[in-house]
Amino acid sequence: MQYRITKFLLILASAAALAACEGTVGTQEGTTTGSEVGTASSSTSSAVMPSSGFQGHPLDDPSSMLSRRTVYFDFDSSEIKPDARGIIEAHAEYLSSNRSASITLEGHADERGTREYNVALGERRSNAVRQLITLMGASGQQNRTVSYGEERPVCSEHNESCWSQNRRVEIIYRTR
Amino acid sequence: MFCVFKRLSFLLLVASISAHAQDDVLKIRITQGIEGAQPIAIAPFSWIGGNIPPQTDMAQVIADDLARSARFAPIPFSELPSKPAAADQVNFQDFRMLGTPNLVIGRLTQQANNRFVAEFRLFDVFRAQQITGFQVESSAADLRRKAHQFSDIIYERLTGERGAFDTRIAYITEHKLGDPKRRYRLIVADSDGFNPQPTLQSPAPILSPTWSPDGQQLAYVSFEQERPRIFIQQLSTGTRRMVADFPGLNSAPSFSPDGSRLAMALSKDGNPEIYLLYLGSNRLQRLTNNPAIDTEPAWAPDGRSIIFTSDRGGTPNIYRVPITGGREERLTFEGRYNSRATFSPQGTKIAFVHAVDGRFSIATLDMENNALRILTDTRLDESPSFAPNGSMILYATSDDEGSSLAAVSTDGRVRQRLGVALQVVREPAWGPFRNP
Repeated sequence: MQYRITKFLLILASAAALAACEGTVGTQEGTTTGSEVGTASSSTSSAVMPSSGFQGHPLDDPSSMLSRRTVYFDFDSSEIKPDARGIIEAHAEYLSSNRSASITLEGHADERGTREYNVALGERRSNAVRQLITLMGASGQQNRTVSYGEERPVCSEHNESCWSQNRRVEIIYRTR
Repeated sequence: MFCVFKRLSFLLLVASISAHAQDDVLKIRITQGIEGAQPIAIAPFSWIGGNIPPQTDMAQVIADDLARSARFAPIPFSELPSKPAAADQVNFQDFRMLGTPNLVIGRLTQQANNRFVAEFRLFDVFRAQQITGFQVESSAADLRRKAHQFSDIIYERLTGERGAFDTRIAYITEHKLGDPKRRYRLIVADSDGFNPQPTLQSPAPILSPTWSPDGQQLAYVSFEQERPRIFIQQLSTGTRRMVADFPGLNSAPSFSPDGSRLAMALSKDGNPEIYLLYLGSNRLQRLTNNPAIDTEPAWAPDGRSIIFTSDRGGTPNIYRVPITGGREERLTFEGRYNSRATFSPQGTKIAFVHAVDGRFSIATLDMENNALRILTDTRLDESPSFAPNGSMILYATSDDEGSSLAAVSTDGRVRQRLGVALQVVREPAWGPFRNP
């Protein structure tokens, strides 16, 4: 129970401080993003902050698809799942209408399997997102990729709920 | 009486980076399979010198080495009938009663200038004969290494196989310094985990340490500029050079047996392929060309082919390609996942990570009869690395207790754990034989 409250507070804190988190790869952002696995994610955020009339930068609007910066994958797969397409599309739209904005697509894997293979798998995941985001309107110059394999997990337990959070590509804005 | 003493020549080791953290010392625990080992009596070495003998207990080091090999079961000091210090003090009948075929005795003598003479004799208890004896001069700091060399001699005389106790291992540690900060270290230690020396420290991940065949250099992957690049570092001086900084991945280095080339995986042309880098000329030779992931190259001991991981068949498996290019042959067919293979020094087996039912174990494949053998039963094992004599495989394992290094005998009979709970330790690589 306490864990849930903490998680809720984390989401609250992150919604308020998203601008501060933006651009960092750290666990802080990772943990909150990680808790968004599944279906409740965006509704939780929009329950916390009003969805209409957001005054700040569109990338900071917690009710916008743009606030979601992580794409998740199945084990040993780099196939983009249907529910991730909306996220990628939103960022592609933003990038195509803001040509000075640029992102790094950071690919990651879970701890299973070997490290160098996972570095290659993380690269393939980030390339898959890059390909789709480019097809949807962003230019090639706006995005670069990097893979950390299994070296930068957001969750360190040895179970599927953790692993599913670690198999990811993070969309990190270098410039807005 | 018939003591044949030989002198071991010795080289002073130049320590590259002297600072070392005690918390990096690996403690070894044998976790499975001491049955079937041959008993051996090792008497405590006698001390001839001042009041305070050196810290290193050479007899204990030798006993621990031989126990770790799983070929021998040293008899505890407390159970020995006597503790002879010289050949004429040995009552062989007492040791015959113990049922041990062999006895080791030794002596450490203090000399001027804080130097020592260490000697040992190995006896055949039933024939009441000396098998061999050695004497070396040493500094206090070098006594552990001399003890490992004694272990190598004893092991080789009794098994016919070269000992690999006087060797080194490299591995990576990760310390959490408060999220998200980490400290990664590339450590070089003795084969028993003692004397750990950090050779590189970085806030960014370090991967895939691999030894040059002469044991003088390590190649590794560092993420220090927020992307993976390959470096080669000289152990004696700490100097290093970056050898691969191409767009995309620069990963999984592996020295050729003659040290002239470095195999690696590069994704500069779009996806990871196996390349050979000629270290003299910096010429690159591409070996694979496939839209799948090709990575984790490792050399056959004869230098004529490379094995590597590829998922071109849908899941990761081990393939082999001649270094002249040509037909790529798939080697593994069982299980969901086979990756990061390495050849045994004799070239008769490969060891790799093999997954069945969600368990990632260390397995070997016999290159002659294609027999697959699963050697470990933990859930998350990786980075297998053969001892240079092929007797053991060092690997990294993690479970709910945390992560540690572990070793399994190549026949799967004996397993042991090396590690401490306070840190994350992984990616072990067993170094080559050393010259005494």
